[in-house]
Amino acid sequence: MKRELTCIVCPMGCSLSVEFENGKILSVAGNTCPRGEKYAEDECLSPKRTITSTVKCSDGSVLPVKTDRAIPKDKIYECMKIINNSVADLPVCVGDVIIENVFGSNIVATQNKN
Amino acid sequence: MTELVIVGGGPAGMSAAVAAYEAGIKDILILERDEHLGGILMQCIHNGFGLHKFGEELTGPEYAWKYEKKVRELGIPFKLNTMVLDITGDKVITASNAEDGIFRIRAKAIILAMGCRERSKGALNIAGTRPAGIYSAGTAQKYVNMKGYMPGENVVILGSGDIGLIMARRMTLEGAKVNAVCELMPYSGGLARNIEQCLNDFGIPLKLSHTVTEIHGKDRVTGVTISKVDENRRPIKGTEEYIKCDTLLLSVGLIPENELSKNAGVSLDRITNGAVVDQSRQTSVEGIFACGNVLHVHDLVDYVSEEAEIAGLNAAEYIKSGVKKDITVKIKTDGKIRYTVPQEITQSKEVTVYFRVSDVFKNVKINVYDGDKLVLSKKKQKVAPGEMETIKLKPEMFENVKELTFKLEEVK
Repeated sequence: MKRELTCIVCPMGCSLSVEFENGKILSVAGNTCPRGEKYAEDECLSPKRTITSTVKCSDGSVLPVKTDRAIPKDKIYECMKIINNSVADLPVCVGDVIIENVFGSNIVATQNKN
Repeated sequence: MTELVIVGGGPAGMSAAVAAYEAGIKDILILERDEHLGGILMQCIHNGFGLHKFGEELTGPEYAWKYEKKVRELGIPFKLNTMVLDITGDKVITASNAEDGIFRIRAKAIILAMGCRERSKGALNIAGTRPAGIYSAGTAQKYVNMKGYMPGENVVILGSGDIGLIMARRMTLEGAKVNAVCELMPYSGGLARNIEQCLNDFGIPLKLSHTVTEIHGKDRVTGVTISKVDENRRPIKGTEEYIKCDTLLLSVGLIPENELSKNAGVSLDRITNGAVVDQSRQTSVEGIFACGNVLHVHDLVDYVSEEAEIAGLNAAEYIKSGVKKDITVKIKTDGKIRYTVPQEITQSKEVTVYFRVSDVFKNVKINVYDGDKLVLSKKKQKVAPGEMETIKLKPEMFENVKELTFKLEEVK
């Protein structure tokens, strides 16, 4: 099976051509780095996405967060629901874990807040 | 007297400050109008920043923190909630904040790093009344990401630049229905990556060569009429389509904020709407430098930092030993290359020239001419207006040259 993809790993957005059969990647072309090859594999066999969003804090303010690794693409909305039902305790530093173990990732703070 | 005053504490201002400090200037003051450093990055909670600079994919706030951390570690002074009201040609800054009231500072050198603002609905001439529910994409972004408010639930977005695309995804993730992203041009202004992860991932249609021709609703938006446009970007009668919605987001251009620069007598480039500068990023006013989005709108913050470092280093050099101009080479462009920054070269040193093209072109050569003589040629498989490019010029290429012309030529 052949697929044309746009790589989303970096702003280059290389156009990739992937050949795969029975859950195995046969070839990847068009990538200008090894991460593109990995992306093509994942995208065809088990698509993943990093989620960036915001979480409510205990003082009512808003804290930007992200999943510290890509999660299955079909879990995006469930992940958003978990984030939106949580409240972050302050103070918080960049990198602090706000919610543990969400579909294989941790939700971490991307900003400091006192 | 402060040696170096930097107007704006976003990524450009902070990078310039750190570079100047590390080049030996300790008497620096960053003046920032917002309650925090970081500039526009603080509302850009998505990732994609810093890949060139740090080799990691950071969110806007994380990228900003890399620099804020450095500013704090170095002890570089900054004032928040401080609005610069005026800059004169002899480098006197008037500013105000709640603590100091109105105050003046005389500077040896000034770095302009005020960033840019969004083009508003008023500039667009869309027919209709003035219902609530019309926002610039950046305003909606600030509401959602920094204030925790949803601007609306049923959205149409005009403009497929990165801000529009990013907000299409953001609104969808927070439960809104994004009906379509309309784009006046036959191509999107945003990164291919964003079309993929912001629109395709969510099944949001991208309507190229379309625009919003009417907004409906009295107190609140009830819908928009969109139309296809012809090759002159005029709406085609009979192609009108009504989309029911309660919110219209406008992502229709960024304008460098140069009111202060104009007051100081800085010459502006009509294409970039930013200052005309030489390779040191010095403007037409001696000792006033510019960098970041106030100079020309960037796509990647990594390039902003690179440019700001140049401005910081050169401002430091200027403070220590004055202006050094050995030569004057003007850079001209053909219509296909919209602009270059810098617009002039005043030293016999290697220069990285940043430029943008006016359309999407495939299989082209970027050619640099000294009259009829070709001094440099760079092949590009694809260039687009939404992707800033660079080219390195070696001093041999402009030795004894008064003018260089950048031309885009298609390879047959």
